[in-house]
Amino acid sequence: MTETFVLYSNVAVYSAMAIYTIAFIMFTLDLSRRSVSVAAPRAARIPSASVGSTALLERVDAPANTRTKGPRYLRMAFALTVIGWALHVGAAVLRGFAAGRVPWANMFEFTLTATAIIVGVFLVVQFWQDLRFLGSFVVGFALIALGIATTNFYVDVVPLPPALQSAWLVIHVFVASLGTGFFALGAALSIVQLLQARRAAGKAVRLRFLDTLPGADALETLAYRLIVVGFVFWTFTLIAGAVWAERAWGRYWGWDTKEVWTFIIWTIFAGYLHARATRGWRGSRSAWLAIIGFSAVVFNFTIVNLFFKGLHAYSGL
Amino acid sequence: MTDSSRPSDHFDSTGHVDSTYVDSAGLPELDKIIQPKLGPVGYLRFFWRQLTSMRTALFLLLLLAIAAIPGSLVPQVSSDPNGVIQYKANNPTVAPILENLQVFTTYSSFWFSAIYLLLFISLIGCVIPRTKHHFDALRARPPKTPANLSRLEGFTTRQSGTDAATAIAAGQRVLRRQGYRTELYTNGGSVSVSAERGYLRETGNLVFHCALIGVLVAVGLGGGFGYTGQRVVVEGYALSNSLASYDSFNPGRFFTDAALRPYSIALDTFVPKYEDNLDSNAIGQVLDYTANVTATLGGGQAQQSTIKVNEPLAIGDTQVYLLGNGYAPVVTVRDPKGTVVFSQPTAFLPQDANLFSLGVIKIPDGLKEQIGIRALFYPTAVLTNLGTLASSYPDLINPQLTMEVYTGDLGLDNGTSSNAYALNTDSLTQIAGRKADAATIKLAPGDRVDLPDGLGSIELSSIPRFASLDVHHDPAQGWVLVFAILVLSGLVTSLFIPRRRMWITAITGDDGTVALEYAGLARGDDPGLDAAVADIADRHLDQLRNLDESGLRVTS
Repeated sequence: MTETFVLYSNVAVYSAMAIYTIAFIMFTLDLSRRSVSVAAPRAARIPSASVGSTALLERVDAPANTRTKGPRYLRMAFALTVIGWALHVGAAVLRGFAAGRVPWANMFEFTLTATAIIVGVFLVVQFWQDLRFLGSFVVGFALIALGIATTNFYVDVVPLPPALQSAWLVIHVFVASLGTGFFALGAALSIVQLLQARRAAGKAVRLRFLDTLPGADALETLAYRLIVVGFVFWTFTLIAGAVWAERAWGRYWGWDTKEVWTFIIWTIFAGYLHARATRGWRGSRSAWLAIIGFSAVVFNFTIVNLFFKGLHAYSGL
Repeated sequence: MTDSSRPSDHFDSTGHVDSTYVDSAGLPELDKIIQPKLGPVGYLRFFWRQLTSMRTALFLLLLLAIAAIPGSLVPQVSSDPNGVIQYKANNPTVAPILENLQVFTTYSSFWFSAIYLLLFISLIGCVIPRTKHHFDALRARPPKTPANLSRLEGFTTRQSGTDAATAIAAGQRVLRRQGYRTELYTNGGSVSVSAERGYLRETGNLVFHCALIGVLVAVGLGGGFGYTGQRVVVEGYALSNSLASYDSFNPGRFFTDAALRPYSIALDTFVPKYEDNLDSNAIGQVLDYTANVTATLGGGQAQQSTIKVNEPLAIGDTQVYLLGNGYAPVVTVRDPKGTVVFSQPTAFLPQDANLFSLGVIKIPDGLKEQIGIRALFYPTAVLTNLGTLASSYPDLINPQLTMEVYTGDLGLDNGTSSNAYALNTDSLTQIAGRKADAATIKLAPGDRVDLPDGLGSIELSSIPRFASLDVHHDPAQGWVLVFAILVLSGLVTSLFIPRRRMWITAITGDDGTVALEYAGLARGDDPGLDAAVADIADRHLDQLRNLDESGLRVTS
């Protein structure tokens, strides 16, 4: 029974990756099409209506062919992402059935589930704001992570070690992944924000598709609102982790390498929030902090898990 | 001089934001710039301002993040003492430098402490004036309605047939229902209601920062008054909560013996459960550990209980955790006449997942020479194709104990402390083993063989298990959790509750019609403000329409 579930799960992962690949190409084509479509009338660029927290996405609808439904490539890419995500979630669920527990007890499973959550956050956020232009970043990121996970992190389904047999495994890890999803989108927006700022300063001239995207200020506001949610989840992760560590390891905080990096990430994003409130630090500087923060999250999951000695030794590798 | 509630370089601080949003306290501080010379007090004030500025807080936060990194790269005394010893052995040139810089104790080092203490001083310096200011704001009336609402955010207008006073009274009700604090103002020909809500945003922010201080203090107190003790307990033996009973003990700075409440915990049995399905790809993997114990608090009743990995035992103000386990073979040594001179369990240190373990047995008395034994234990011994033994399963299926025996001075009598898990063979001679004439001794349970040189005999009598128990006492742990929850709730409140001011002005025109004007103002990020103003306007108009209809019904 377990083998059958694992087999179907793996087939679903590879199918999801195949569909994500096509979606990624479509998202990228869409960006390049945007460059073409705005190539001629540079003057037609509609400036951000007002520079303030409420000026959201005024420019998304600006060029002729982008009404709310968006250009054809974008629509196809998004539809494919939804299908790929359904398979992706299916793979995670089947893996969970195969193991008879939550599908995030080793690095392979965690990558599988966390990327599903990141793509899920990306999809759900569309109900709130049209951020489909981040598709190539999010789907590309998920694709690379899944590629590494299936080739380098894959392990068979094995029972949970006693330390992981806790309800906190469900809560702590799930919320951490959710936080990661929001930080990922925040970082993606911050990258685009930096590009916009460069373009506004007369650089990055060749990245014409940027004219079809929201301006730097609007992007910054969006990034801030996503990162704030991520920060709350991260704070919860930290506290939940401490509560669990108290049960399992006999102390709530012991500067284990993973604890250190979770703390570092928390501090960086706390810095980000303060930077946003500090005169002279809004804009590109705080965007850099958001990107550094997300890089630290990725570092914490990959390098710290694999190469740093610590108590969070659950990679299964 | 001003006592602006926020640091002067705060994005929202006075002098930067729209001048329509001037706090009761705030006017742009120009005197600071003009001030030509600073006296000692001036300097103090200058440094205090610097320390409590946003930029300093930001700098210290980022510095703290960077300062935490070395502790994750280099093993720490607190979490990995053996790693530190190994690191020092492997890096003889760098280690002393790192030692001097306190890198092996990063999180209690002078530089790390300096950063977070400065950060907290900066935080306190920021929180105190803001608390005072917020306390005043909580009791203050919403400010006077600005003369020109059209300059503000979300400005919108509506027309109404109701007279101005009634319309404003209805508007006040609408705003109150949405949690606004309201105040009516009249200015010339116009009546207006001024409203403010979202005081919780600032409250949450202050709670967040104060709770962080609470966490720090509680962690400090808990560490100071608490203690931790470790003890290896073999099945059939007991741990008692007294200093002498522990293998290692770490008291806090303010610890006194009185903090140890007397109790004992006897380990009756230790029951591991391993995956034993031969078809499984996880054969031998641990499924569960259960320590069955009998706990006796003070002179009270003995109570049966269990300790598991995620389920510590709470007893006498302490938590008792199960952190490790292994085998403690009982070796019985007899002199040539057959008298037992040694018979007790020795805890062996597990080396791998299949519990291949190393142990050192020291027999200082009873034989004609002192004996030291280096032993290897295989719970399920198999022969590898290199000809060596290995363990292939963690449970006792084919247990084997192999021993190399030494004679000589064990060094136990000269007063220097020695590690129970190590045998210094410098002044010892191997009498059985790879370097001796006699072969390595191999024992299965119940086997008894003679020691070389007519020293006596040795027997593997039984193989009980041991559990390593950690005893923790942290009187402030609950407070840390309380403050942590306050941190989280303060954070959520301060980030997601919008702080808004809202105004409705009714202007009666020359022709008797009433023009209603609506506008809002936000403090901090508030992307929903425009929608909120429009929503208030619509609700207000609905309210007025209802009034009109009921009014009509009354008159007709």
